[in-house]
Amino acid sequence: MTVAVPRGLSPVRTVLDEGSVLLVQETSMTPAVTINATIMAGGVYEPSSIPGLAYVTGRVLDRGTTTRTAAQIAEDLDDRGVSLRIATARHTIAVTCTCLSEDFDDVLRIVIDTIRNPVFPDGEVEKRRAETLNSLRQDEDNPAIRAVQVLFALLYGPSHPYGRPAKGTVESVERVTRADLVRYHTTRFRAPRLVLAVAGDVPASRALDRAALELGGWSGTDSEDPPLPAPPPHSSRSERTIAIQGKSQSDIAYGFIAIRRLDPRYYGYWVMNNILGQFGLGGRIADNIRERQGMAYYAYSTLDPSIGEGPLLIRAGVDPANVERAIAAIDLEAGTLGSEGPTREELAQSQQYLIGSIPRMLETNAGIASFLQSVEQFGLGLDYDRELPKHLRAVTLDEVRAAAAELLHPDRASVAVAGPPASAA
Amino acid sequence: MRSAEVTAASPTRSDTLANGLKVLVHEVHTAPLVSVWCWYRVGSRDEGPGQTGVSHWVEHMNFKGTVNIPRDQMKGMVERFGGMWNGYTWIDQTTYLETAGRDALDQLLFIEAERMANGLYEPEECESERTVIISELQGGENDPDQLLDQEVTATAFRAHPYRHPTIGWLPDLRSMTRDDLYGHYRRYYVPNNATLVIAGDVEPDDVLRRVERALGNIPSGAAPPRLSIVEPPQLGERRVVVERPGTTAYLKIAWHAPAATEPDFFPMLVLDAVLAGAKGVNLWSSFRGVPPQRKSRLYTGLVERSLASSVSGALVPTAQPFVYTLSMTAMQGVDLPSLEAAALEQIEKIRTAGVTEEEVARARRQLRARFVFENDSVTNIAHQLGYFDTVTGPEFFGALRANVENVTAEQVFDVARRRLSATTRTVGWFKPLDPRAVDRERGGAER
Repeated sequence: MTVAVPRGLSPVRTVLDEGSVLLVQETSMTPAVTINATIMAGGVYEPSSIPGLAYVTGRVLDRGTTTRTAAQIAEDLDDRGVSLRIATARHTIAVTCTCLSEDFDDVLRIVIDTIRNPVFPDGEVEKRRAETLNSLRQDEDNPAIRAVQVLFALLYGPSHPYGRPAKGTVESVERVTRADLVRYHTTRFRAPRLVLAVAGDVPASRALDRAALELGGWSGTDSEDPPLPAPPPHSSRSERTIAIQGKSQSDIAYGFIAIRRLDPRYYGYWVMNNILGQFGLGGRIADNIRERQGMAYYAYSTLDPSIGEGPLLIRAGVDPANVERAIAAIDLEAGTLGSEGPTREELAQSQQYLIGSIPRMLETNAGIASFLQSVEQFGLGLDYDRELPKHLRAVTLDEVRAAAAELLHPDRASVAVAGPPASAA
Repeated sequence: MRSAEVTAASPTRSDTLANGLKVLVHEVHTAPLVSVWCWYRVGSRDEGPGQTGVSHWVEHMNFKGTVNIPRDQMKGMVERFGGMWNGYTWIDQTTYLETAGRDALDQLLFIEAERMANGLYEPEECESERTVIISELQGGENDPDQLLDQEVTATAFRAHPYRHPTIGWLPDLRSMTRDDLYGHYRRYYVPNNATLVIAGDVEPDDVLRRVERALGNIPSGAAPPRLSIVEPPQLGERRVVVERPGTTAYLKIAWHAPAATEPDFFPMLVLDAVLAGAKGVNLWSSFRGVPPQRKSRLYTGLVERSLASSVSGALVPTAQPFVYTLSMTAMQGVDLPSLEAAALEQIEKIRTAGVTEEEVARARRQLRARFVFENDSVTNIAHQLGYFDTVTGPEFFGALRANVENVTAEQVFDVARRRLSATTRTVGWFKPLDPRAVDRERGGAER
């Protein structure tokens, strides 16, 4: 037999004296626990003269601490079947992993140790920097990655941190030194910048006690982050083509700068994006490009609001001969939704879908931990899983229409296309 | 009792309807969700010459409308319940899934019944999907690693249809007709060639009544043919070199792997964990995230020595002997012969001196953890039930853990000696050509 658990989240939240925030959600699906330690130390906080510093910091973070060598960390984690994932984003570096419940205390200790006490050994810095350079060279050969990188540069320009390449450049990463990493860690990895989310089969009280023990005494001072600059205005369209030899398909990245996550228009924008490029196989975008014209295997849009104004991106991969047709189809769909708005039926369908998908989003420990991180980052409240349906249900046709009308102007779009050169197509 | 333990230890309800449809039901009450999967025992190994890719194209067509679900109404049927849907085709199997709120169950069963019996295959829809699939193929070709994998697999097999990619060869995708697709669909999409899996917040007796009502009237068909081809023994090393413009060199080494039901499979699984870290033991989970591998032989021997930036191993349970493939990304400045020599040195070390008890114990612990992690959602639980029932037979899943626990260091040594030999391997190189040199050459030719 199985045991039903109460529906909805009931996370426990504590703020330590040093300023770190702990969030724990008990679950009983599997005897496993997901640990998600997210620190506000992502790419926007690195000096603009060293793009990629935050990324390289993430690569070396778990390669030796004051009390454990890289080999010991590797052995302690491998022996328990655990691999740490360290993801560097615009605002955050997130150290995440899933372990068996029986290994929770040991694995939590290692995760916190890598965040608090990394020593960035010279040999490790050298190796991980070289791996980053390899990865950058692989990216140069990847049309999908290149198209998105160039689109971000077109959208945000050189003076906004969102326009910087997340992994840096070959030139900047080659210059990164151990001293840069140590300095970045000392300034950015502070207790009040850490949110630790734990979801899984562990008693909340024990998880909180263990986390408090591991984080106790960590330096608590922090300074305010400088405000993000306003993103550049776009009064006309910009397009760029990147030629990459030896490729079969062209990747299109088409976008606009949208809104901040805490913008009151957020839910209207969310529903608008669902109608444009998500619902079903990929909303109106996929209906046109894939279903009606048979041009692409993938065609969709994403909305990524953040602390600053995040982008709405439209993506498609097409035969090089069809690039112009596909961009015309995106122009048509974005332009039509912008000028006419959605139908009542589309609004109702998208609302029903988004509300109905919340239990799936919160089914796994990893999903819950990630949700709790957003709740904390944006101050959404511990009952946000129950509030969210109300926000979505309250979205009106006028709000979605306004969101589309504000944003979807093809004559102000930024468009990047990466693929085989025209003569090779 | 926890659901994860239920999955491994307590029985899943298994029934077969009068028309031959096998039904597996598994209760998981931790979220108000249900996952429905319909599995067909047909994959790209069932395709003859000129028909490669037909199974996958048929899978695409089965989202394009049925007699009772016009294409434009298909969109929204699952979404109405907050659900997601998808499908995939591989060498042994084709499957369709929906995970949604539990109230969607009847709707999901209706969709699967329609898909099994009433696909339309409108000629214009077949044509439109032809170019979608060619676009999918071209997207894969943009990735040098995927391109090399396709060439290595095609080189490793002489006779067995596992040699061609599931998506098919481009000329076949250009020439196949609507009748080819429809014929394939009608041959294999019969209830006696399918397993329906339902996992989630449901009650088995109730589910069975609903399944009977939705799919019980679909007539069974002739038992579909399955090609039975045995790959002849490989007598010498095979090599393939792909040269294309690029920035990075890739290396793959493949050997013939045991089928999942052969005794060698579990020692090979432990050997793979020793070489490259343990993955989940099914197609979906095998590439989910980087495995714990920093103590593995290839990571310490290649990545830590700055010869490769990444290493991975792939051993997936298959119905017939497929390939075991090691993949490596070369660091800039490391040439492929040096990387290959270093990788083979690691293999030869194991073939001459075996593995340690400590390594086997670590591999077992890693696999044990993975078996727990794989049961994190009704979707993943249902996937495993259907995958193993379709590909390996129903007993395999329940015995996974015990079979891993029983592997000894001696067995791993033995399987490495016998199976990872020089004469039975296929080595693939992706040699990047400097794009600037290609530009110059192209300019010269045009002049």
